[in-house]
Amino acid sequence: MDRFSWSNGLLEINETLVIQQRGVRLYDGDDKAKLDLGVTLLSTHRLIWRDIKNHECCIAMPLSQIIFFEEQAAGIGKSAKIVIHLHPVPANKEPGPYQYSKYSYIKLSFKEHGQIEFYRRLTEEMTKKRWENTPVSQPIPTGTGSQAGKTRAVGIVGIERKIEEKRKETDKNISEAFEDLSKLMVKAKEMVELSRSIANKIKDKQGDITEDETIRFKAYLLSMGIANPVTRETHGSGTHYHLQLAKQLGDMLQAPLEERGGMMALTEVYCLVNRARGMELLSPEDLVNACKMFESLKLPLRLRVFDSGVMVVQLQSHSEEEMIASALDNVSEKGSLTAEEFAKLLGLSVLLSKERLLLAEKMGHLCRDDSVEGLRFYPNLF
Amino acid sequence: KMRRGVGAGAIAKKKLAELEPHISHMCIIFIPMSKQLETFKTHLEEFASKHKQEIRKNPQFRVQFQEMCATIGVDPLASGKGFWSEMLGVGDFYYELGVQIIEVCLALKHRNGGLITLDELHQRVLKGRGKYAQEVSQDDLVRAIKKLKVMGNGFGMIPVGGSYLVQSVPAELNMDHTVVLQLAEKKGYVTVSEIKDSLKWEKERACHVLDHLLKEGLAWLDSQAAGEAQYWLPALFSELTSRDVTPEEANQMTP
Repeated sequence: MDRFSWSNGLLEINETLVIQQRGVRLYDGDDKAKLDLGVTLLSTHRLIWRDIKNHECCIAMPLSQIIFFEEQAAGIGKSAKIVIHLHPVPANKEPGPYQYSKYSYIKLSFKEHGQIEFYRRLTEEMTKKRWENTPVSQPIPTGTGSQAGKTRAVGIVGIERKIEEKRKETDKNISEAFEDLSKLMVKAKEMVELSRSIANKIKDKQGDITEDETIRFKAYLLSMGIANPVTRETHGSGTHYHLQLAKQLGDMLQAPLEERGGMMALTEVYCLVNRARGMELLSPEDLVNACKMFESLKLPLRLRVFDSGVMVVQLQSHSEEEMIASALDNVSEKGSLTAEEFAKLLGLSVLLSKERLLLAEKMGHLCRDDSVEGLRFYPNLF
Repeated sequence: KMRRGVGAGAIAKKKLAELEPHISHMCIIFIPMSKQLETFKTHLEEFASKHKQEIRKNPQFRVQFQEMCATIGVDPLASGKGFWSEMLGVGDFYYELGVQIIEVCLALKHRNGGLITLDELHQRVLKGRGKYAQEVSQDDLVRAIKKLKVMGNGFGMIPVGGSYLVQSVPAELNMDHTVVLQLAEKKGYVTVSEIKDSLKWEKERACHVLDHLLKEGLAWLDSQAAGEAQYWLPALFSELTSRDVTPEEANQMTP
């Protein structure tokens, strides 16, 4: 499907319509194309397809792209198709609905029949190759309007006008949007400047500001998305919002953590929580800031950062010593283990099992054998 | 002492004097701040009611929006609780994209060691989102990835061949590794000789870098290649061939 380019569907001088057929769905290789049902038109020069409902959605491909084509009979619940095999994408191809396709063929699926006649006409045109005798100068680029003298609307003047009107309206909407955006940004900038002056005043009155006031200020910064210029920490860079979030996470993550051996990578938590929420999602920073509050809220979870930079949430009940001791047991039992093998054993991710092994190594219980075959851990007998 | 100082007026004045330091805080912090915030919120609501669609539908508009925010020192994606996120819906768009990016990277990690081209990531994310989802540009992906970095899983971007490789594991990749990746980009693999010729390195240095890439699962060794052993980067595979490595081929190559 990446051989198609956007088109306004207007025929060139010397280009004639041969046949058109409604109720055609396009396939990118074996996959349904991300387009709806449409009309497919065959001209002397091109294969054109237009969405039935949305006439502006129109794509075309020169017939010279076609290597060969074949029929695919209908089956139970499946319409008859024509499979068209195509040459590679030419370098100067105008943009279209697909930037890239892993297939070199498309299919036309004839939901309302008509494939027999279409196939016959296509065969005829591919034999006659009429486009070679009467070449059109260059593909019609969309959106630039008609090039005077080169195109002539063949019975579809109304469509061209409608496209032009829609485009003008869209352009107008966009430029209005940009204008409004600029005005909004001017106001936002004022907010940033206000926050700076407040921050300065807070710094000056250091010690004279209540915790409540500081928290309010932080909430203000949070709303606006402004980085906190005052470094005095009360609950990390958190606010009441993060406090609540931390408590929610404390409840929500208990079971998943237990299922996963007491530890989850922060990215895993991020996906889990956001998938569950569906909307009003947490930002990565929200998650980090909330997790930083676990300790001060005396929740049974901790945010932990390994030497590698990997961040995890772990259950407080899973003590370090236990983890390392059991890692040592596992390795001793098997003689040696790689991170992958350890992961399989525990049902943990490779990332986290590697971290555990590294931790055990750091504590002196394991030593490594680092070779091209991989990193393997042995009990440290020294 | 003047008799004028006694009376309700004097008492009120005294109270005021005691409260003054606190009042001045309120004046400085609460009142202008709350007022300004409310006003701004109204402006943002107005903007959202007119143009919220534009942000969701138009990648170009999103780029403009992001760049303007950056210029004035605002991060619209800092928090899901921020105004920008709540009213314009920018947050959900990027945070969800973040989830999709993490999931794609995780699913392919066993194959490419945690390194994937931005193009392939883009294709796969689009595929996962389905045909009715909003359009997502590479710029959108890049911004989402920048946010993911804060969660410490080694997310990063390596410039290669005019685009980027997206790293999603904490494997340490220094300049030497990066340069070899860039060299391998054209063909998807590289040999020791090619490194020596192009980069003018000694064999030891080349081997050291290649060994590291092998260990991290980012490169696979084809020792049966005609001529010299070839080090293949699975992350670069899809750029060149449209088919996946078959199990038989995978067996011939050793990770």
